[in-house]
Amino acid sequence: MTATGTYAPKPGAAPLTRMIAAQAALETKMLLRNGEQLLLTVVIPTLLLVLFSTVDIVDTGAGEAVDFLAPGILALAVMSTAFTGQAIATGFERRYGVLKRLASSPLPRWGLMTAKTLSVLVTEVLQVVLLTVIAFALGWSPHGNPFAVLLLLVLGTAAFSGLGLLMAGTLKAEATLAAANLVFLLLLVGGGVIVPLDKFPSGAQDLLGLLPISALSDGLRDVLQQGAGMPWADLGILAVWAVVGLAAAGRFFRWE
Amino acid sequence: MRSEPVVQVQALVKRYGTKTAVDGLDLVAREGVTAVLGPNGAGKTTTVETCEGYRKPDSGTVRVLGLDPVGQSRDLRPRIGVMLQSGGVYSGSRADEMLRHVAKLHAHPLDVDALIERLGLGSCGRTTYRRLSGGQQQRLALAMAVVGRPELVFLDEPTAGLDPQARRATWDLVRDLRDDGVSVILTTHYMDEAEQLADDVAIIDAGRVIAQGSPEELCRGGAENTLRFSGRPGLDVGSLLKALPADCSAAELTPGSYRVVGKIDPQLLATVTSWCAQHGVMPEKISVERHTLEDVFLELTGKELRS
Repeated sequence: MTATGTYAPKPGAAPLTRMIAAQAALETKMLLRNGEQLLLTVVIPTLLLVLFSTVDIVDTGAGEAVDFLAPGILALAVMSTAFTGQAIATGFERRYGVLKRLASSPLPRWGLMTAKTLSVLVTEVLQVVLLTVIAFALGWSPHGNPFAVLLLLVLGTAAFSGLGLLMAGTLKAEATLAAANLVFLLLLVGGGVIVPLDKFPSGAQDLLGLLPISALSDGLRDVLQQGAGMPWADLGILAVWAVVGLAAAGRFFRWE
Repeated sequence: MRSEPVVQVQALVKRYGTKTAVDGLDLVAREGVTAVLGPNGAGKTTTVETCEGYRKPDSGTVRVLGLDPVGQSRDLRPRIGVMLQSGGVYSGSRADEMLRHVAKLHAHPLDVDALIERLGLGSCGRTTYRRLSGGQQQRLALAMAVVGRPELVFLDEPTAGLDPQARRATWDLVRDLRDDGVSVILTTHYMDEAEQLADDVAIIDAGRVIAQGSPEELCRGGAENTLRFSGRPGLDVGSLLKALPADCSAAELTPGSYRVVGKIDPQLLATVTSWCAQHGVMPEKISVERHTLEDVFLELTGKELRS
């Protein structure tokens, strides 16, 4: 037997930025390749936007239906990626030992989480571009301060990510799959996405208004439909969800 | 041989709830290939996973390449390669995609294409991980463990469920790693695997190391060997026994078939044949049975089934 030197040790971690970029690229690729994820993040929001804008199913109040619906659908897109999609993907990564394997690689845990966040943001940019183009085609005329919109989207992403990771890191993968889809459906109906909250009894309205999806869709609607300034109340609700969700995820997340 | 051990475990205790998985385990692994053997539930995986930094010891100390796997994980991780017992790959990733990804996390990775070729994964093409055969999944996990050019590789049952060709390919790679100066810690249920590959074997049972040494040492020491011969029936076994060293036993198992158990060395063989000569016996079919690692293992850990 002769040593060829092929495997002679030469250990070392790649530079952090390269590791995180590689991880984010892989996570995004996995997401865009997954049919169920695309259904959730692209097909459903697109269908809902087109269907409810063109067919008069729900009374969306005065003005063009698309002006009411587009902000709600943008909120739904954020929830579908940051919460439902991320929870399901991470739940199965945990189940199949991917998180465990990566934990012994040179990539630090916070680097993995940063990469996941980048992957969510990249997906959201694609969603927003697609949905915005469709909404314009349907006659959407948005108003307001783009910075307020950006702030809402970022805080909404943080709030939903915290809740999604909390679920993925504590429940079994199958339970996460079921629960994340159920929550998606319930929040779609009861979170002011396509059905205005004022259709619900007044007691329920106050409670539903505190949900992260309601705060996000209401905030986006205030800005994009009504041209309001900073929707501080909604931003406040999202900030509380973000802090509580991310703290709980950080505390209770189990890697295997 | 470098004086610094690659793995040093002292008085390791690890409990899960009320169950004690590892119970005061001491283990020193030096450069080369160390095989960790033990029945199911003996604490092999827990021990290895503590070395990999996955589990925090309840008490005791663990040093891997001189580092604390939990507290100095960041320095340690680039220097080790880990093959989990199963999984570790995105179910939707293609065979080579995850390997290329792990390579990107390292500063000086191996040539990925050559490694794919070497392990016969080239034919997997665009097949996603979940559709690979069990053997292909195992080989991919092995490739992921070595691609970063680590100093030390942990392989948890690397050939479980592999066909003979794939097993041989894995063995060849382990030998090449060793020859190139990579240390390997492997757990296995296969005694022949340990005999073939290991410089050093540690047998674990009930959370402790109960024997450690080279395969030759383990087979020689402690365990008794057997000498068998045939002759005419009814020989005086008592007289044979008197000629043998005190710690040997002799018996006529079936008429004309004799067995001597003890430390069988050339001197003992000569004693038996000269006793036969004195008694006018032609010993036919004389044979010496060396204990295999499997005999030693069963002797040490018992033959009853483990849960």
